Amino acid sequence: MPERKGQYTVTLSGRPTILGYSAVAGKREGEGPIGRYFDMVFEDTTLGEKTWEKAESALQREAFTRALNKAGVTPSQVNYLFAGDLLNQSIASTFGMREYGIPILCQFGACSTMAQTLALAAIFVDSGAADICAAVTSSHFCSAERQFRFPLEYGGQRPLTSQWTATAAGAIVVGLGGSGVRVADVTIGYITDFGISDTNNMGAAMAPAATETLTAYFNDTGTKPQDYDLIVTGDLGAVGSEIFLQLMERKNFPLGSNYSDCGLLLYDRNKQDVHAGGSGCGCSAAVLCSYILDKMTAGELKNVLVIATGALMSPTSSQQGESIPGIAHLCHLVKME
Amino acid sequence: MDVTGFEYRKLSEEVSPRSPVLKNCVLAFLIGGLICAIGQVATGLSMEAGIEVENARLIGASVLIAASAILTAFDVYDSIAKHAGAGTIVPITGFANAIVAPAIEFKTEGLVLGLASKMFTIAGPVLVYGITASVVYGIVLNLLALFK
Repeated sequence: MPERKGQYTVTLSGRPTILGYSAVAGKREGEGPIGRYFDMVFEDTTLGEKTWEKAESALQREAFTRALNKAGVTPSQVNYLFAGDLLNQSIASTFGMREYGIPILCQFGACSTMAQTLALAAIFVDSGAADICAAVTSSHFCSAERQFRFPLEYGGQRPLTSQWTATAAGAIVVGLGGSGVRVADVTIGYITDFGISDTNNMGAAMAPAATETLTAYFNDTGTKPQDYDLIVTGDLGAVGSEIFLQLMERKNFPLGSNYSDCGLLLYDRNKQDVHAGGSGCGCSAAVLCSYILDKMTAGELKNVLVIATGALMSPTSSQQGESIPGIAHLCHLVKME
Repeated sequence: MDVTGFEYRKLSEEVSPRSPVLKNCVLAFLIGGLICAIGQVATGLSMEAGIEVENARLIGASVLIAASAILTAFDVYDSIAKHAGAGTIVPITGFANAIVAPAIEFKTEGLVLGLASKMFTIAGPVLVYGITASVVYGIVLNLLALFK
């Protein structure tokens, strides 16, 4: 049963298991340092669809189908789906998942959606409300650009602090028992806003949220950074990670070489022209559902904290001069002996 | 958090890398200059061919607009603009790119509500304020003429 621990953390005493997971990605992500961990890389990022939104839905379906196959589960066995993306009204998820007939709750947590959906899936399973749940998350560079920024062919310059929205999707099937990676705790974050309003510097906007959530988790559980094999943030990128490290030090939880960021793992910043690194729901989803869970399944990593971060602005709020509220949700994953 | 918003924004500014302003200016100057030179060559050649100067200038502008639209359609313009910055935005080629790019992007939403309506999302403000400024200029010029 889920039980509260401290002020913000929920401990899942039944430790729900990740029965299957899958990550699929676009060409640029496939060419990145962890490209070989993806189950499928699409050289054609339209995926043969007529619109970018349909392409993103197809990415979700691809990741979900592969995760189901790996788990040995049929769609009718899944009790609840938690799916999310960056598009208005969550259309990538709605249209991606509409054919399955599975009860669904679409989620919006900006780039933190993978942790948000995984946390909900794990809590539902641990509470007994479901036997099997799935978390599916995606983003697509081209559908995100046209909604949040400029048309693809527009000749603008991107500042060095900007991040590259990942074309990728990740899916996780959660159930009980088995030998897979377990979800031990989750910490749901609160909105943190220090007045950063530059939409080209979302790492800086999200770093305080990651700091608050991770600090809350350490305080609630009485653990410290050295207790974990890997502490990985969602998509703070180069700028956000640097700020995050400084803020954690001020909180007296200095992070060492066991810290990394999905936005920095996904691309080679020296070669791939992504400026400050990757972002988008698909960024932490793809890195978690390939590289991290592969390493955990192989036993190379046993105790991992994933803190997916999100920038909760919309083009409307930004144009109206609002700052960017940040959010971060944490999942504590363990691989049992 | 034990940092104030002001302190935090200062910290974030310190950590954020700055755009290479000098390099960007030099590239914008060179590539922007090259684009204008191409327009000048087209105008000059038209005049050589016996076309009047007014019409030759229109041909020069048309050549740049056509070239920009074609390069935008073939996914080349944004790759040049990435390095040129203002050098590709300020000349008339930038205006053409700002109209063609959304037209391509939003045709998936239909010819009316997509292509035609979204075509001016970037260039629209330039038209609105450009035309408004020219009207104000005209009025001021006429008022000054009254006191001559």
